[in-house]
Amino acid sequence: MISQLLFLLLLSTGIFFFARRIGVIRRNIQSGRDWDGSDRTAERWGTMARVALGQGKMTTRPVAGVMHILIYAGFVIINIEILEILIDGLFGTHRVFAFLGPLYNFLIASFEWLAAGVIFACVVFFVRRNGMAIARLASNDLKGWPSLDANIILVVEVLLMFAFLSMNAADAIAQSRGLEHYVTAGSFPVSSWLMPLYSGLSDAGIVAVERGMWWFHIAGVLAFLVYVPYSKHFHIILAFPNTYYSNLNPTGQMDNMAAVKKEVDLMMDPNADPFAAAPPSDEPPAPFGVKDAPDLTWKQLLEAYTCTECGRCTSECPANHTGKLLSPRKIMMSTRDRIEEIGQQREANGGTWEPDGKSLLGDWITEEELWACTSCQACVEACPINISPMGIILDMRRSLIMEDSKSPESITSMFNNIENNGAPWAFPAGSRGDWTQEV
Amino acid sequence: MSSFHIPTMAEMTASGQTPDVLFWVGCAGSFDDRAKRITKAIARILHASETSFAVLGQEESCTGDPAKRAGNEFLYQMQAAQNIATLNGYGIKRIITGCPHCFNALKNEYPELGGTYEVLHHTQFIRELIETGKLRMSGNAPFKGRRITFHDPCYLGRSNGEYLAPREVIAKLDAELLEMRRCKQNAMCCGAGGAQMFKEAESGDREVNHARTDQALETQPEVIATGCPFCNTMMTDGVKNAEQESNVVVKDIAELIAEAADLLDAPTS
Repeated sequence: MISQLLFLLLLSTGIFFFARRIGVIRRNIQSGRDWDGSDRTAERWGTMARVALGQGKMTTRPVAGVMHILIYAGFVIINIEILEILIDGLFGTHRVFAFLGPLYNFLIASFEWLAAGVIFACVVFFVRRNGMAIARLASNDLKGWPSLDANIILVVEVLLMFAFLSMNAADAIAQSRGLEHYVTAGSFPVSSWLMPLYSGLSDAGIVAVERGMWWFHIAGVLAFLVYVPYSKHFHIILAFPNTYYSNLNPTGQMDNMAAVKKEVDLMMDPNADPFAAAPPSDEPPAPFGVKDAPDLTWKQLLEAYTCTECGRCTSECPANHTGKLLSPRKIMMSTRDRIEEIGQQREANGGTWEPDGKSLLGDWITEEELWACTSCQACVEACPINISPMGIILDMRRSLIMEDSKSPESITSMFNNIENNGAPWAFPAGSRGDWTQEV
Repeated sequence: MSSFHIPTMAEMTASGQTPDVLFWVGCAGSFDDRAKRITKAIARILHASETSFAVLGQEESCTGDPAKRAGNEFLYQMQAAQNIATLNGYGIKRIITGCPHCFNALKNEYPELGGTYEVLHHTQFIRELIETGKLRMSGNAPFKGRRITFHDPCYLGRSNGEYLAPREVIAKLDAELLEMRRCKQNAMCCGAGGAQMFKEAESGDREVNHARTDQALETQPEVIATGCPFCNTMMTDGVKNAEQESNVVVKDIAELIAEAADLLDAPTS
């Protein structure tokens, strides 16, 4: 009974802290500008099924892709086991699904093979991250916390899987000795390799290992549940809404800013009164483009929280490839760090945010990074969960130009040429058709 | 080569005619000497295939693409409004363009602003001409067995998913098509997009176009084929930088087709 209460306490604590953190992230994401993703629902579900559920873009890099699918399958399927652990924990039963008989044996055996697969993949990932000079994993983007975060995830996953297998090994020994409460159930193809580790123990020792591993496993799972939304690992959840809200338009299509269209329509309208006062409004006009994180749409903020820092975008980026400062991954990480900071300041200030004199553009992301982008969309194509770092880059250029009039001199000349001659170079518009005389 | 007259929309309209397609030339194709050769190749192909076409001439203006990508949405929308007024004024239905940036703006970004047209990249239109028998390859086959690699323009490929048309047209040359390590969806940019063409690159280890040209040269091509005047400039510069200009030429697919197709017996006017 006491252990059931303890379990209930542990479970509710885990869920409480998880839910609280989700609430914070939700508020942070919703502090972004409006964006309408209510259209094309069938296409959206299809994209989510293909890209997130089906891991459709992962295997463009075969090693990382296959290993990732192994961990993903392990994570999703082993969660059926968590259901049994929850019921056992709350109701004081043991292996409550054992009545399924052969099906139960099959399930337990599959979980064990998947657990072995997860351990294998995590070890490979750990070596790739720490022992091999893979540029996107050794990059400066990941110095400090991001790199530690990645390693924590891998180590925890290995520990959890090891606990699960040890629990089964001890259980199987208990079953073979006919110990009380230990019904004969399950098939243990992988954990049987661990049995020699524990077979020398007394009956009490076996029960201690089995119970200890059971508690360690579920406590670890709940601790991980709380950790995940503070980590890049949150992609395991957000990948689903993020791919649902994927950009379904051609990647090279940039949105036409509605506020600008209104102005241009007015200028082109011969009946418009040029001296008419703007209709009165209490709202300050929305700034053009993106200067700080709340100027982004909620979808872009969702992308920032979804990014798992894999760096495929950066490794495909032509600017980064040629040694420029720009790293699309860093754009996403900076965006998340900034909206996180603003969120913390807002919570501390009782729900309203007082500007702190800093901004995403300038303090996190420099003009040099923004101007290195070729808008080639390689980062968008490379992202396994359809994030667009390019969208944020181009939106920030809009702020630089339309709010601050800051651009490299040659870009200013290009604008002037288009305005005066209808071409980005200083050729007279009248000579545009001259080539027709040369055929 | 016999010369021929290229009508403007204004001339055609004045004489009560309506062409089947508008050839949207673009700024590079109108003003840049190298790109003008591509424009002329397209015009010769259109003429030889007896396509009813016209250009806007002085009435064409920048689509606004480089302004938009450099952050000047206002200038872009002014350009778009002006161009849409011109295009709609002439009742244009079908546009072919020699520049993937114009292609992308006209096809994807103008409709919402009131300009909806059927827009084709010149490689798509050339493929159509070949398929419908309006354009035939000559018996000379100047590129038969030659080693050609194709550099995908970002705004044709990744932007609009068109990887096949340029390759199918190259296939008509009876050449050996060599794919780069990074091609199609994973093709690397030449370095000109996003208004980079009009500014100095940020400091780094090297130029994007030099890196991309190296990837093209790895295939040991005789010809680097392009489908974008900006890519053409970048790759040409890259080949010079690698001191390979005596071994490798950079040519637009339209130029290759103009050399290989039966253009000589085309009617003159």
